Amino acid sequence: MNKIAYYPGCSGQGTSEEYDRSSRAICKALGIDLVDIPDWSCCGSTPAHTVNHVLSAALSARNLALVEGMGLDTVTTPCPSCLTNLRTAAHKMENPEFRAKVNALLDVPCTKTIEAQSVLQILTENVDMTLIKSRVVKPLTGIKIACYYGCIMNRPPELMRFDHHENPMAMDNIMTALGAEVVPYPLKVECCGASFGIARGDIVARLSGKLLDAGRRLGADAFVTACPLCQMNLDMRQGQINDALHENFKIPVFYYTQLLGYALGLDRADLGFEKLCVDPRLALGRIKQPAQAS
Amino acid sequence: MRIGVFICHCGSNIAATVDCPSVAATALTYPDVVFSTDTMYACSEPGQDAIIQAVKEKNLDGVVVASCSPRMHEPTFRRAVERAGLNRYMFEMANIREHVSWIGKTKDLNTGKAAELVRMAVEKLRRDRPLLAKRFETTKRVLVIGGGVAGIQAALDCADGGLEVIMVEREQSIGGKMAKLDKTFPTVDCSSCVLGPKMVDVAQNPNITLYACSEIESVGGYVGNFQVTIRKKATYVDWNKCTGCGLCTEKCPSRKHPDTFNENLCNAPSINIPFPQAIPKKAAINPETCLMLTKGKCGLCAKVCPTKCIDFEQKDELINVDVGAVVVATGYDLFDWHKYPQYGEGRYPDVITSLQYERLLSASGPTGGHIKRPSDGKEPKNVVFIQCVGSRDKSVGRPYCSGFCCMYTAKQTILTKDHLPDSQSYVFYMDIRSPGKMYDEFVRRAMEEYGAQYVRGRVSMIYPKDDKLIVRGADTLIGTQVEVPADLVVLAVGVEAAHGAVQLGEKLRVAPDQYGFFVESHPKLKPVETNTAGVFLAGACQGPKDIPASVGQGSAAAAKALVLLSKKELESDPAVSRVNPARCVGCGKCAQTCPFGAIKMVEDRFGNPKAEVIDTVCQGCGICTVTCPQGAIQLEHFTDNQILAEVNALCPPKILANCE
Repeated sequence: MNKIAYYPGCSGQGTSEEYDRSSRAICKALGIDLVDIPDWSCCGSTPAHTVNHVLSAALSARNLALVEGMGLDTVTTPCPSCLTNLRTAAHKMENPEFRAKVNALLDVPCTKTIEAQSVLQILTENVDMTLIKSRVVKPLTGIKIACYYGCIMNRPPELMRFDHHENPMAMDNIMTALGAEVVPYPLKVECCGASFGIARGDIVARLSGKLLDAGRRLGADAFVTACPLCQMNLDMRQGQINDALHENFKIPVFYYTQLLGYALGLDRADLGFEKLCVDPRLALGRIKQPAQAS
Repeated sequence: MRIGVFICHCGSNIAATVDCPSVAATALTYPDVVFSTDTMYACSEPGQDAIIQAVKEKNLDGVVVASCSPRMHEPTFRRAVERAGLNRYMFEMANIREHVSWIGKTKDLNTGKAAELVRMAVEKLRRDRPLLAKRFETTKRVLVIGGGVAGIQAALDCADGGLEVIMVEREQSIGGKMAKLDKTFPTVDCSSCVLGPKMVDVAQNPNITLYACSEIESVGGYVGNFQVTIRKKATYVDWNKCTGCGLCTEKCPSRKHPDTFNENLCNAPSINIPFPQAIPKKAAINPETCLMLTKGKCGLCAKVCPTKCIDFEQKDELINVDVGAVVVATGYDLFDWHKYPQYGEGRYPDVITSLQYERLLSASGPTGGHIKRPSDGKEPKNVVFIQCVGSRDKSVGRPYCSGFCCMYTAKQTILTKDHLPDSQSYVFYMDIRSPGKMYDEFVRRAMEEYGAQYVRGRVSMIYPKDDKLIVRGADTLIGTQVEVPADLVVLAVGVEAAHGAVQLGEKLRVAPDQYGFFVESHPKLKPVETNTAGVFLAGACQGPKDIPASVGQGSAAAAKALVLLSKKELESDPAVSRVNPARCVGCGKCAQTCPFGAIKMVEDRFGNPKAEVIDTVCQGCGICTVTCPQGAIQLEHFTDNQILAEVNALCPPKILANCE
């Protein structure tokens, strides 16, 4: 019924394995049937489109053609960067001339328009919020959360067509439904420094440092993110940021799927809290235990 | 019939792409044409003289001029043939500029098309007959819609000129946006001190009747004789008895409804007088929050009122007035800046509009003239002004410049420094547009003497950090990003058409432009007229305007109304519908379709129903003529025969072509 093609993306196999695992787990729990794309390949990520638009689109179009072969018309991915590439390719191929150029590079041509959506969008638009609420077994009462969307989940708005491009609310609404207190985080769609982490650590330290600082000032116990790169910059590089800025941030940065899975009472093994760099135990400890037997 | 044809060069406008002498030569071959020539400027004095001379020398019965749009010069040429002794309707115009030379570049094709249009005009003229205008008397009374500064000026000028004036104002008091301002640029004089006396003049002028809390319900009639219905909304206070003492407003226990005069910065009592200088200074009850009207208990105001003027049973009242002319001065509204999510969409209390800031500066405002930011009442130190919020921005559908925001922002930086000497103002701007008298000097003063920091660039976002707002923008002059920690952010919001303007325009038959501002008759030469005779425009209802321009246009509109009504009688256009009673079967379809209500059903002497056209109401649109199943109604000057003759001239039926 609710069958959707699933594109994990390269980071889902490596740096954000816990995002991939928890996304699959919550979708299963909420009745969304994810079907892996057989023999999927890299979307081209950041470098491809800086070199050649047709080649870049072809990398994504190969995956879209595979989805078409599966007889599905929607593909979902947790990673906003993959999403951007899939959506851009689908959008550009609305021009028949461009589609012909792309198809010339593919073994199997991509003929249909495949809709690509983030897992977050699927959760927001295909799942009733009351269903999520009714499934909560461990409400997140007592924890203060800053929702950070990153710069490309909702932008450019003409392409992504999901939520608000300056003040998105999807994760805020989910976290509120789970019982958490969501702080009015103003830098939701600011850049974390993205892939500059390798080339210019100073830039990431400055930009991500600002994000962490704003969250701390609002009294957030933790961040939730929806992007592997954002999570990496805020979580894994928190130590580097502390060194560079002479700071002492110690804020865990979850994937929203992890906390959603936690509240739904899913198996800890599926959520991968152990993969986080900043120890989340203190923050998770703030969650009030539900009253025993009532 | 003897017809003369004049082909105008219009300088190079027509002559560059049309062979005018050749068109003139071709025209000489058309039936009844006895004289044909080309001329450099037909509308010039020698051009008109040549027409008059030709009529007399060649003994002409009618004249065709092929030149520009009849909207431009048909009246000019009609007057010329009249001076030559012909009836003014024995004139036809062919538009070979807008319809030919300006849109086509191929000279051969253009020349052919011009000749064909001239041929159509000749064929129509051959079937024209003299028409005579009827004369009718006018009502020496003017309706002014809107009591802002433009409307006030128009009303005072009309009243001083001896006309009766009916002023209708939607709000509880006149004064408009200007009454909300603290000071005005570039003189920094007190706005209410300048405007206040004029408002009092309106109240005291015996020639002016003021209806506040009122709206236009309907408008009928025609130039010189409009019938207007005004809806006087229930205020639940008998204004004949109310003295404006204010006792009721002090005692009212309900403080729920936002004070609109103070731009919603604070709340007002349910029974309220908007501001100390209000005209009329009368109390009115807000029915949405009044405890007596919503819950049926309280009535405290009625108990304390010394004149017993509270009337909870009051109903809307409809008032009919006859007027000869209408001045529309409905002003403007401010752009709703909540369309800018990057500026917080209203999430941050310390991001306010410039008009709200104006109320904070004003001694009669909610803070008594002390600048206190809304969130915690603290005095701000860094005030950031952001210009062009909702103006010159295509992405929010406001591509036009609102014109006065640069100036009021400069004024507000000066006032900020006056109020808070320790403060620092920053202004993010795109360009400074200050073309008025003493305007640019004023902006320079704000920068140089009052130390306002002008930063050229747009603001990308505002976000809170502790108790400050961080304003992040670009400085495009030094090419870098800048961030300013602000205590208060003031958005210089742009201007949009007043709400309800389009609906009012429909009642008045005045067209709005794509942004809802009313369209003037001609952007250069008829800036206060509309295409509906007798309806004039004043102030920002026509487009964004500052105070001097609004006052100037208010006076101009008053002058137009005075000119119109200074004539004892007006002439009606004789190009109206005529019923042929012999053919009319009295079905009444024409009366149903007429949008102006210009056809009434009457009985002939045998008691048969017949249609009759009211000359002065008919606008000559021709809808009735195509509705009539009998062909019994004909539009004078545009009869079926005349239109068919034109069509046949353009594409002759085979049988006619064979005859030739």
